[in-house]
Amino acid sequence: MNATIWSLSAILAVAAVTFLLGYVGSRKANTTPDFLVARRAIPATRNAAAISGEYLSAASFLGVAGLVLKDGIDALWYPIGFTAGYLALLLFVAAPLRRSGAYTLPDFAEARLGSVNVRHFSTFFVVCIGVLYLVPQLQSAGLTLTTITGLPAWFGGLIVTVIVVVNVLGGGMRAITLVQAFQYWGKLFAIAAPTFVLFVVFLASPDRGTQPLSDEGVVRFPQAETITVAEQDVKVRVDEPLTLKVHGQIDGRNADGPVFWGRGVYELSPGTTMEFTAGSPVPVVEGSPTTNRDWTRPQTGGLSDLIKTYSLIFATFLGTMGLPHVLVRFYTNPDGKAARRTALHVLYLLGLFYIFPTVLGVLSRLYLPQLLVNGKTDAAVLMLPETMVPNLGGQILGAIVAAGAFAAFLSTSSGLVVSVAGVVSTDIMPGKVRDFRWATVFTGLVAIGLALLLPRADASLTVAMSFALAASTFCPLLVLGIWWRGLTWVGAVCGLVVGGGMVITAQVVSVVSSYTGRWAPAFITQPALITVPLAFMTMIVVSKATRRRAPADVNQILLRLHAPDPLGFIRDRDIARFGTAEEKARMAEDKRRGAGRTR
Amino acid sequence: MSRHDAGKPEESAREAWLGEQARKPRRRRVVLADSTKARGKALRTIIELEEQTSVGEKLVRDLIRQQLKSAFGLAFAVLIGMCLLPITFYLFPQVGDLKILGIPIPWLVLGLAPFPILYGVGWVFRRQAERHERDFVNMVDR
Repeated sequence: MNATIWSLSAILAVAAVTFLLGYVGSRKANTTPDFLVARRAIPATRNAAAISGEYLSAASFLGVAGLVLKDGIDALWYPIGFTAGYLALLLFVAAPLRRSGAYTLPDFAEARLGSVNVRHFSTFFVVCIGVLYLVPQLQSAGLTLTTITGLPAWFGGLIVTVIVVVNVLGGGMRAITLVQAFQYWGKLFAIAAPTFVLFVVFLASPDRGTQPLSDEGVVRFPQAETITVAEQDVKVRVDEPLTLKVHGQIDGRNADGPVFWGRGVYELSPGTTMEFTAGSPVPVVEGSPTTNRDWTRPQTGGLSDLIKTYSLIFATFLGTMGLPHVLVRFYTNPDGKAARRTALHVLYLLGLFYIFPTVLGVLSRLYLPQLLVNGKTDAAVLMLPETMVPNLGGQILGAIVAAGAFAAFLSTSSGLVVSVAGVVSTDIMPGKVRDFRWATVFTGLVAIGLALLLPRADASLTVAMSFALAASTFCPLLVLGIWWRGLTWVGAVCGLVVGGGMVITAQVVSVVSSYTGRWAPAFITQPALITVPLAFMTMIVVSKATRRRAPADVNQILLRLHAPDPLGFIRDRDIARFGTAEEKARMAEDKRRGAGRTR
Repeated sequence: MSRHDAGKPEESAREAWLGEQARKPRRRRVVLADSTKARGKALRTIIELEEQTSVGEKLVRDLIRQQLKSAFGLAFAVLIGMCLLPITFYLFPQVGDLKILGIPIPWLVLGLAPFPILYGVGWVFRRQAERHERDFVNMVDR
């Protein structure tokens, strides 16, 4: 009970600071450029903190440690890929994207290719990726709040939606910049402080529990444990025979009392309770390594795991540069050079963060093996402090972690809401501030509605899917658009449809297969390795076939994208479309003076 | 539907964004009140860039090629490095038995090493890209 109060007050504190910073940020926000791109006045270091704050979602804060607990060393490819994505963004996209002067991703597509058709298709995929990313955030917010406080699951999602929507209504991009920057440092503290304390605790008591890092054999329960299977069927694999007490259903047959499990796979129905004795081997959820040897050694899962790893590297390396809520933050920098510095700084901030979830994941293998039975490994980071330090200190550490997780939901969701609302308000509505506000409310309603209606999928799976979608749609559009003169709007649209369509099909197939016995091969559940090259090829081939449709002014456009900032070629399209008469006059003046700015 | 139909509703905004030179590629005579030689040349080069004369176009093409070369070189180096790791671990599983200070080497290689390397590569690219841009500005401004 005490722990609940600590966690609730920490979460309330995060909510209060979020509101306060949002209010401070949005006091002077009143024009469309304010709401869309924060008037393009965010310095590089602050923008980098905001991008990192937005990017480190629940999948990073809770999921990475959970994946390390479950899959061991092979899970480390997730943080590597998540970080390496920003290197690709820095190398190919950051500076030219900012210099385009666009204010949303669809606006960039139209500016580069001179067609409203490609703009409409881009809008569709921005909304797709945004919602695909937003729904699991809200669902995990509900789950986390339930784990911590016992409140019903819909409540957590609803409260995140309300806080985010109210904040964004006040000042759009201007309101959330400060909030997200603050939340990065908050999250770093919330994961670093417990990691240091728990690591010291671990070093001080080296003989506690089993030692899977050095041992052969399988992971064992450090103490007697009772586990109940929650709402879904769970398949577990047993590698070393054990005896346990079961109340409920195994493989569809009723069981009540002591049971012997030999090597094999067992299916547990919801509501089944299992009692394990101290020192008995832990059955591990199907699909994850059962022995310590396989857990500590890389690439023990055979050829299909190798292909999955490559697909993951591909999707995260190229997917980050296609995430609309990340890209829109690069438009808030004053110029291309600042955008480049921002991306570089993000590499440093993310690298700093990702050390800690790995350590927590390894520690939870020692102290929380019971999570391996039902596969709810996302809870590892939240449960670890109190398991390792069962007193007031552990409760306070637990509260800090809970606050960090809540900050992760808030910052990612607010970035997503701003990017989707920005696109909806400027492409479907006229783009006044009032339209932006309506679009925000609309986005929030749709997201929370879907989050409550759809069944809860594995958060990391859905997020991986939106990376694959981004890598197969916007990544080729941006890379070819920025570096290749030959891209036409017909080619771009075909590439978007082929790449995006294949990923969405793969997503549907893998959902169907997950309900009917997991028959889908690896390239369906991790499609990026096939869809990304195909999307690139489609864009190139169709563009070559429709060479006539290339914009006549393509040379001017590429000049604009690549000319160094001091030459003064940047023209901000949001000013041209939404600016006041005075701002437009200033822009025209700048253009006339153009050359004067070099000296 | 031709490109021009598709682009019509935004035509005026596009004009404002690209400047009138984009539509009317004709050369303008430039008369400067301030007629120091250096300034005259700088302005002329910028106008050449905007009007896409053969000189201007060549300059921009060279800049883009340079930047792309840096980016591609570094990206390939990183991607090859990353892609070699899983196949090495797959083909030579005994690598997993090596340890430093009790920690298996693969954990250090995957958990710690990539982040400073990625930052380092990013830092090198930023320096190269900014140098190319400085050279370009100097050439225009000389």
